[in-house]
Amino acid sequence: MDSESLLLSLELASGSGQGLSPDRRASLLTSLLLVKRDYRYSRVLFWGRILGLVSDYYIAQGLSEDHLAPRKTLYSLNCMEWSLLPPATEEMMVQTSVVKGRFMGDPSHEYEHTELQKVNEGDKVFEEEVVVRIKEETRLVSIIDQIDRAVAILPRGALFKTPFGPTHVNRTFEGLTLSEAKKLSSYFHFREPVELKNKTLLEKADLDPSLDFMDSLEHDIPKGLTSSPGSWSIQMERGNALVVLRSLLWPGLTFYHAPYTKNCGYIYVGTGEKNIDLPFML
Amino acid sequence: MEDSSSLKQEKENLERGEEGRPWYQMTAASSQDPRPALSEPPESEQGPDTGPRPQSSPLRSPRSGGSTAVDDLTGPGASSPPSPPQEPFSTPPPALSRQALAAPWQSVKTTGVIPEAVTPHTDPLKQSFDSGESIQQICQSKEDTFQQYQQTNGHLYEPRDVSCNDSKQKELRFDIFQEGESNSNYDLDEAEPEEAPSMLEIAVQSAKAYLLKTSSKSGLNLYDHLSNMLTKILDERPDNAVDIIENISQDVKMAHFSIKLDTLQNENEMLPTYEIAEKQKALFLQGNLEEADQELEDEIAENSLPNVMESAFYFEQAGVGLGTDETYRIFLALKQLTDTHPIQRCRFWGKVLGLEMNYIVAEVEFREGEDEEEAEEEDMTEERGNGESECEEGDEDDLPRSFYKAPQPVPKEESRTGANKYVYFVCNEPGRPWVKLPSVTPAQIVIARKIKKFFTGRLDTPITSYPPFPGNESNYLRAQIARISAGTHVSPLGFYQFGEEEEEEEEEEEGGKDSFEENPDFEGIQVVDLVESLSNWVHHVQHILPQGRCNWFNPIQKSEEEEEEDEEKEEEKEKGEEPDYIEQEVGPPLLTPISEDLEIQNIPPWTARLSSNLIPQYAIAVLRSNLWPGAYAFCNGKKFENLYIGWGYKYSPDSYTPPVPPPVCQEFPSGPEITELADPSVEEEQAFKAAQEAAVLPAKENEDTDEDEEEENDYD
Repeated sequence: MDSESLLLSLELASGSGQGLSPDRRASLLTSLLLVKRDYRYSRVLFWGRILGLVSDYYIAQGLSEDHLAPRKTLYSLNCMEWSLLPPATEEMMVQTSVVKGRFMGDPSHEYEHTELQKVNEGDKVFEEEVVVRIKEETRLVSIIDQIDRAVAILPRGALFKTPFGPTHVNRTFEGLTLSEAKKLSSYFHFREPVELKNKTLLEKADLDPSLDFMDSLEHDIPKGLTSSPGSWSIQMERGNALVVLRSLLWPGLTFYHAPYTKNCGYIYVGTGEKNIDLPFML
Repeated sequence: MEDSSSLKQEKENLERGEEGRPWYQMTAASSQDPRPALSEPPESEQGPDTGPRPQSSPLRSPRSGGSTAVDDLTGPGASSPPSPPQEPFSTPPPALSRQALAAPWQSVKTTGVIPEAVTPHTDPLKQSFDSGESIQQICQSKEDTFQQYQQTNGHLYEPRDVSCNDSKQKELRFDIFQEGESNSNYDLDEAEPEEAPSMLEIAVQSAKAYLLKTSSKSGLNLYDHLSNMLTKILDERPDNAVDIIENISQDVKMAHFSIKLDTLQNENEMLPTYEIAEKQKALFLQGNLEEADQELEDEIAENSLPNVMESAFYFEQAGVGLGTDETYRIFLALKQLTDTHPIQRCRFWGKVLGLEMNYIVAEVEFREGEDEEEAEEEDMTEERGNGESECEEGDEDDLPRSFYKAPQPVPKEESRTGANKYVYFVCNEPGRPWVKLPSVTPAQIVIARKIKKFFTGRLDTPITSYPPFPGNESNYLRAQIARISAGTHVSPLGFYQFGEEEEEEEEEEEGGKDSFEENPDFEGIQVVDLVESLSNWVHHVQHILPQGRCNWFNPIQKSEEEEEEDEEKEEEKEKGEEPDYIEQEVGPPLLTPISEDLEIQNIPPWTARLSSNLIPQYAIAVLRSNLWPGAYAFCNGKKFENLYIGWGYKYSPDSYTPPVPPPVCQEFPSGPEITELADPSVEEEQAFKAAQEAAVLPAKENEDTDEDEEEENDYD
């Protein structure tokens, strides 16, 4: 959610019970403004909150002029002092995939993981237990990146691609219509397209190059059938005045959009764990 | 262009014929141009495109002011009165100008026609009149239209000075000539290749199609609008049309009127927005409907409604909770619930998220005796179910019946006790009707522990799972509510205490304390203590045993009682198979501190913290369950509340594992009852016969009967 319209956004996203206490709100409003100034971001998003056992991580993201460029991620424990997180790498993801369970809330906490590694000593090959230490900060980076790739979404038309390449906020975006708001195909993943390149020419024929340049949600796995939802739950709340998408794969991510207005955004409040039991639960 | 040039020459011949000069002299003269006026007719002929421009004077000369025109024309040369050739002279330019306005190919054609009529003549002087006539004949039919064009053209180009300087005119003429030539060439070229027009045609068509696009607002299109504008301009012929083009456009638009066609059906939009607004309106109007003052007083005295807003305020400090407006709507919905049902105590339990809709859950306690009717109805249905199963058993005696008996169903707890202590109402949205959830059975709780499902938001959805869940989503929701309540409803130490009288009775009966009451002497606990030590929080909801009940039910005792009614043999057998005594399942008793809760793989089950580090003196203690994500509790020292907002499933760091399939039943052990002896052999039968015969004889004598029996036994 946009840091500048934080209060409205929080109000809209409150249907899932995920809010911020008044002191957190106030401090976020103050500190994100300073973050925007200091880091020279064109836009700062309040990304969400990862619940730790001891304390919570508050996450913000800075966007540059090109909205699809890699985002800078910051975290804070007290909503005032922000620290920049390093960009996520493949290596980190592999490394942290072995860690399970909850976050502690201490970035310097180290998870211990014992691995069996083959050690060559001369001719002999024997296995040895090696204790791998993984810092929680690394895991945080990796999890945020995974969530961003998987479930950060935007309504169709909120961004547009300029002829010169960079993507900007579409100032003429006036919100989805009601019928569009109920379809998964009107929402896009907020990331560089991956599946779009694999599409056939026939499928691309109807796409508007200035708007349809991102992957839409309708091909997410597990796919929703007409009767049962896949990895997303779409609900109309407050009559039809608000559409709320909740990710079932990453429970805790809530996307809200008020049709016919440009109010939209997403927030993640959760434990930072993927719901791998999803097929059992549907 | 040969034709046109020859035509020009002919014209000049016609013109100059009467003067008797040779035509080539005239061309030379005209090219040198001593007389500006004379140069114009050729120019008009040469340049079909711009033909009309210089003709302003020649055209008028025969009509309005013939003498002046003739003077102009023939100025320095021969000053002759209006002569016959003049007419033919004046007419060709219109013809050519018409050609200019017509399609290019047409112009080529007509120019071709005209010289044809002209070429036969050899004597310019004599034939000039005839040719002039012939041209006149050709053109006469359309003279009116030409004149109109000429007039408009003359009108438009009036300000242009005819007698501009020579050199300029010359240049202009040359240019025009070139232009005309190139135009004609272009036309010819264009006619030859066929691809070029098709491309152009497509472009023109697409442009036209674009212009014809009808606006969704006014129903107009630009093509019609432009043609209307041009028609208006041509009809009215205003001065300086270019300056007032905007106004003309506006006038045309305003002159256009549209009838809104009746589409037969009314556009009656019934959006769900309005529907729910209509329903929620009822919530807000409730207060006005109650007019009787006495009732109001009674209600205030009873006050079964919880102060939702107050606890919502504290939860907001903790960063939990729904939006302010939604909370208030729920508050009103709870008020509606307490007004319409005999409710003694009501509480906002929480919100369970679903795939299509969510559930808002209210926890209520009915007044004494007022919920019995409903409870009886439920019992009736269950009894019927049991009766059916009994009927099946009592029929056939011939074949062995199935010895398998379903494990003894554990009876559900009575309402107001155990897991059925409270009644739960749910609704999808505040304003929609409240639905009472059925009471929970232990079997449902046991199965619910083994499955993990999302709620859909519709209570009648069947739960498809392994192991099969007995009931639909309403039962599953109720079971999850019971589990969540048992796990996460906590209160600060000392707030509740055991009732003194009841305590003794229940200890005798159940072996556990079942009920509690508020401690009137509760003086509050320091918030800091609540955060620092989890032992200051206690469970005030009974633990649910693995059996699915809060209070232990011994399944063996009852099974014996039932079986006494049945045959006695079965009872003996089962007694042999089952252990005589199942160890009683015991859970933590009521009001146990949460510090004794089990850990989830090194993860503490609770997280406690202060709501604000900045102002700790006014902060509240916030408790978060790690076992049930979404369950929160707060305490500000005196007051406390529990709330659950979440998906309704339990946390586990490991992925969900479906329960293993039940063990396969062992076959009957192969023993003497199963195995058969080999068929009796011939020898045996013969021996048996012999023995029989031998036996018959002694039988008559009544001797040795004992031996026979012994022998028979041996055969067996």
